[in-house]
Amino acid sequence: MEILSKVHARNLVAWAADKPEVLVLSADLTSSTEIDLFRNAYPDRFFSMGMAEQNMMSFAGGLSREGMFPFVHTFAVFIYRRAYDQIADSIAYPRVPVRMFGFLPGVTTPGGATHQAIEDLSVMRALPNMTVVEVGDATDVETLLDPIQAVDGPVYVRMLRGEIPRLFPADEPFQLGRARTLQRGDDVTLLSSGICTEEALRAAAALQSRGVSVEHLHVSTLKPFDDPAVAEAVGKARKGVITMENHTILGGLGTATAELMATLGVGRPLVRIGIRDEFLHGASRPYLMKEYGLDAPALVSAVEGLLGEDLGIDESDLAAVRLENVHSAAKAEAL
Amino acid sequence: METAAPSTEPWIDDVQRVAQGIRRRVLDHTIKNNGGYLSQACSSAEALATLYVRVMNLGPSVAPPVPPPFPGVPKAGRDTYTGAGYNGAHAPEKDRLYFSAVHYALPLYATLIETGRMAEDGLRQFNQDGSTVEMIGAEHSPGLELTGGSLGQTLSQAGGIGLARRLRGESGRQWVYMSDGEFQSGQTWETVQALAYHGLDNIAAYVDVNGQQCDGKMTDVMNIEPLQARLEAFGARVVSVNGHDPQQLAAPAELERDGRPLFVLAYTNPCQGMPLLEQRRPKLHYVRFKDEDERNAFADMLRGMPR
Repeated sequence: MEILSKVHARNLVAWAADKPEVLVLSADLTSSTEIDLFRNAYPDRFFSMGMAEQNMMSFAGGLSREGMFPFVHTFAVFIYRRAYDQIADSIAYPRVPVRMFGFLPGVTTPGGATHQAIEDLSVMRALPNMTVVEVGDATDVETLLDPIQAVDGPVYVRMLRGEIPRLFPADEPFQLGRARTLQRGDDVTLLSSGICTEEALRAAAALQSRGVSVEHLHVSTLKPFDDPAVAEAVGKARKGVITMENHTILGGLGTATAELMATLGVGRPLVRIGIRDEFLHGASRPYLMKEYGLDAPALVSAVEGLLGEDLGIDESDLAAVRLENVHSAAKAEAL
Repeated sequence: METAAPSTEPWIDDVQRVAQGIRRRVLDHTIKNNGGYLSQACSSAEALATLYVRVMNLGPSVAPPVPPPFPGVPKAGRDTYTGAGYNGAHAPEKDRLYFSAVHYALPLYATLIETGRMAEDGLRQFNQDGSTVEMIGAEHSPGLELTGGSLGQTLSQAGGIGLARRLRGESGRQWVYMSDGEFQSGQTWETVQALAYHGLDNIAAYVDVNGQQCDGKMTDVMNIEPLQARLEAFGARVVSVNGHDPQQLAAPAELERDGRPLFVLAYTNPCQGMPLLEQRRPKLHYVRFKDEDERNAFADMLRGMPR
């Protein structure tokens, strides 16, 4: 598997070269959110707003009313928790084109509950006028800027940084509102998002070897949630549907899927793999994925539950966990 | 504080005429509807009149004299609608007003009428269903173009607008009308430090320091003083004035810009020009008459008020 580092940092500089109306706002996490190269390349379009997110979000709303495109970067929790009122009134209500890049989703940081965004998709989905997307690999990161820049209104991006695998072909760009179909099958439909797609792929070969037919889609647009391919996939699964997300099961991919299935009248079970209404704490990604049941073995258990049989898959049958270096040149800090 | 003595300069007479008109209209409306934001009119009348008559460089209204029905909240497939047109068309050299104290919407609408920017009939729509002339103004309301009702957000948004206009080389200024209660909010201080840090001297705020808020007297709720010293410590340029004196109110706007955001602290009396209101202290935020007698007393006061 190809592993890339600082994908957004380099991509943003290249992409923004011919877009003078794209400004970047930082809240004292410039290297940590991979906008240091942008700052160096375009100092006149980089604005340090300090550790003051409420002002930053409303300020961005003001800039965007004047034809600018503020690209706000900070850790996700500081966007949606600290400044939700400002996002609602200064950005979402007037439907202005602010692009928010929220880093450190869920288990991707050992920074603890204060740094781990576990309900960002829930609250951002609930805001009228908001578009909500989440990236799952380097290709997503490299190719999402054009599609989100075309959105007439605000966009929240659940972003990845540091070392990121390339799961999807580099020439198959992110498409807004379109899931990626990774595998076709008709026993079980699996919808995964963010880093859970990489985790789910660890179990793909083992499930296939046991003759389980899985339809696997990587979902990157959480709102709007109206992709016909997703509707078709949840409708055709013989045994049921599984969602897998690095997020609370209240309000994210699992909830959106439940709403879709209920609306469509799909009368089959839905298993929502995700954080079950509790906070995370500071620990490594593999540790947290295991502790909170977000990993490949949790997926195997969910499939077994839907099929009503023991598939006899153990850890050794699963692809190895990719261990990310906690300290590496790809990240400014160990967070 | 006392109102300034009559002056020989014609603009001052204009300000005083508009200010008195604001008080009369708001009082008349409050009597007819048995409720209204009276103290806000009392404290803001001269400041709003001075801004519109003397300070702001605005073009004539380009909005319909009688506000049309509300087309609806911003959403996909619907054009965004604001009340900015009442303050004239946007142009690089023109100023903008960003009205943060949206509970003062009634005095603002009265100001628009007194300055010929909205028809008298516009006020009949106040707080009526389907109208933009809302009780708490939002961006679609006459004279407004931001949604600041949560308080503390308008100054930040004006900062972003001021930065964008500076990047475009526009000379127009952003005038923000704020209430003193907003200085209890952390966001306001975040904004002041950002405006100072980024040298946004095209932002100037007039603050109605009337010492009143919803729960009553501000010092019984949460103290903000010494406001001038606090703002100066944050890097702002601050001028404290008698908020009922047009000359004092207008003077800071003439200062040559020096890289700092300007704050004019207009110290005001929330009962100015309506002595009957004094009896209702300390709760002045919203006036609903206790009985017919009180309402009649205010009606008598209206008949006796100078034009």
